[in-house]
Amino acid sequence: MMLQSAPSVSSEALLDVDNLVVEYPVGAKIVHAVSGVSLQIARGETLGLVGESGCGKSTLGRAVLQLRRPTAGRVLFDGHDLTAMQGDALRLMRRRVQLIFQDPIASLNPRRKIGDIVAEPLVIAGVKDPEKRKQLVHEVLTAVGLDPTLVVGRLPHEFSGGQCQRICIARALILNPEFIVCDEPVSALDVSIRAQILNLLEEMKGRFGLTLLFIAHDLAVVKAVSDRVAVMYLGRLCEVGPSEQLFARPAHPYTALLIEAIPVPDPDVRPTETVPVGEPPSPIAPPSGCRFRTRCPRADQRCSDEMPELRVVAPGQFVACHHPLI
Amino acid sequence: MTGNTLLSVEDVTVDLPTPRGNLRAVDHVDLTVGAGRTLGIVGESGCGKTMLSRAILQLLPKKAKLSGRVMFDGQDLVQLAPEKLRKLRGRSLAVVFQDPMTSLNPVLTIGTQLIETLQEHLELDDATAKKRSVELLAAVGIPAPEQRLAQYPHQLSGGMRQRVAIAIALSCEPKLLIADEPTTALDVTIQAQILDLLAREQRRRHMAMIIITHDLGVVAGRTDEVAVMYAGRVVERAPTPALFKKMRMPYTEALLAALPKLDAAPHTPLPAISGRPPDPTRPLQGCSFSPRCRYAVARCQSEKPPLEAAETSAHQFACFHPIKTHADADA
Ligand SMILES: Nc1ncnc2c1ncn2[C@@H]1O[C@H](COP(=O)(O)OP(=O)(O)OP(=O)(O)O)[C@@H](O)[C@H]1O
Ligand code: SF4
Ligand SMILES: [Mg+2]
Repeated sequence: MMLQSAPSVSSEALLDVDNLVVEYPVGAKIVHAVSGVSLQIARGETLGLVGESGCGKSTLGRAVLQLRRPTAGRVLFDGHDLTAMQGDALRLMRRRVQLIFQDPIASLNPRRKIGDIVAEPLVIAGVKDPEKRKQLVHEVLTAVGLDPTLVVGRLPHEFSGGQCQRICIARALILNPEFIVCDEPVSALDVSIRAQILNLLEEMKGRFGLTLLFIAHDLAVVKAVSDRVAVMYLGRLCEVGPSEQLFARPAHPYTALLIEAIPVPDPDVRPTETVPVGEPPSPIAPPSGCRFRTRCPRADQRCSDEMPELRVVAPGQFVACHHPLI
Repeated sequence: MTGNTLLSVEDVTVDLPTPRGNLRAVDHVDLTVGAGRTLGIVGESGCGKTMLSRAILQLLPKKAKLSGRVMFDGQDLVQLAPEKLRKLRGRSLAVVFQDPMTSLNPVLTIGTQLIETLQEHLELDDATAKKRSVELLAAVGIPAPEQRLAQYPHQLSGGMRQRVAIAIALSCEPKLLIADEPTTALDVTIQAQILDLLAREQRRRHMAMIIITHDLGVVAGRTDEVAVMYAGRVVERAPTPALFKKMRMPYTEALLAALPKLDAAPHTPLPAISGRPPDPTRPLQGCSFSPRCRYAVARCQSEKPPLEAAETSAHQFACFHPIKTHADADA
């Protein structure tokens, strides 16, 4: 497996993912969900991760947190190799990292009261004093814009999707983590609620000094919150770069296609009749060479023979393509 | 509205009994769609879009109560006998749902489903129906259509299934296609392909279409007219260019503003709409948007603003304090 490297803009990387591979065995076959991804996230930075359904975004996020053990590769968090950690050491480290899911309602236990749900990480972390727990729960619920007195005694089904996501965020924040993987945190929410939650995440990030890996399939959403963006396709990174730069001058044909496909709320912008690019191939038998080649308008022989590696195309911008747009 | 009216929804209200009381899903809605035209219905989840489309199709849940008229091609669908309705659906009135599995049968091959639909509505022999099926699958962009006939829905990706559902919907040359969030479950690149496909087939067949979506971006470039729904009502309705040029209803404006913009710098706070839509079993006395509206005054809480036309009869909105236009400012 060859190395793709995408150094972060700052030298102090809180998270350093090195050549990560995750494979799922299904029957006699193997799903190549993540195939050699390297990336760094600097302390205080938000890295957006975009790509189509099934490209391996969630798998990558979960493998970073060791919720799914990677097949190969290393994950350094604040200098510690999480992939080499077991038992108590890993459990201690896990307090510093958290995960927020796409489906807020499904990720809350329907039979437990909100107060208990939000306090659960404290219990696991061994905070024994109930008064202390109660106080922390109240603080964090207030921080996410909920009234603790109205909320703690109720069950998840009494809340809307947006409120459930606030509760999930509160639960993720209660141990004061340094790093959060947000896996499509707003994809299930309506437009008017989505903006509230995005603003809340931004506010919490500032207030708690968080570093974020923000996963989404919606480029506009990712751009709104990310310092840098990584574009993923079928288990590999295509392009990484500073958000604005990447949107203004995408280097990878796939990034350009994604940007072009976004419906613009302006009737004067006629939708471009997109090139018939078909659907992504199966990760069980990914194409040789560049995995995007079966849908790429620029593909040639070299693209099927040789796997393109990430390389610099502009300051801070990296692309894995033999024929980049810039 | 140019040309002749194909569909006219007249004062349609849908009530659903729930354990929490009556839920008014659709509240006195009027809409028209001209032959060959495209109407976009935009709104957030729970605002009544799907119930409205089901009311048009006469596919409401059994316990639902419908009042009003749905005039389609000269007849009131509300009064039509079930047998006639069934003939009409799938023939001149077709539908594509968000989840293609709603309309596909998991235990039948794609070929069987297409051929059966064709033979049910058109008098075609087996060979002709099969030939037509292959043509349809090719038209909706399915590679190797002949081989697909023998496949089952679960053997296809979500995008491919939606193409098959569209092929079935188009098979009998409908006059009106209702597409209820046809691309919401799909990725952006596939979404663009499916929307292009619908637009192309619509032009080719001179078919009218209703696109139901929560995404203002989807309606902007692809519809002639837009109706914005909130809490069961149409709150603004206009030809698409006019709507995007000057939104009059504060909800429409807020909905557009809340979308992340590609040309905005990262970390720009979004103008969010505070609060959330009202509980549909607890209707408000005044404007349903008033608790979230930054322009609301006392009257908005006590009185329901009617849907009325302003300077042009085509642009209607339900608001006591519509957003000012330049013309208003000059006056
Ligand atoms: N537990 C599992 N067993 C087998 N295959 C899996 C498993 N989880 C995921 N996969 C497969 O691995 C690939 C990557 O999946 P993943 O969920 O990481 O993608 P994703 O980018 O998060 O997609 P989405 O946008 O739909 O959430 C897919 O082909 C998926 O079907
Ligand atoms: S390497 Fe080749 S196939 Fe891959 S994106 Fe670049 S041009 Fe296209
Ligand atoms: Mg995922």
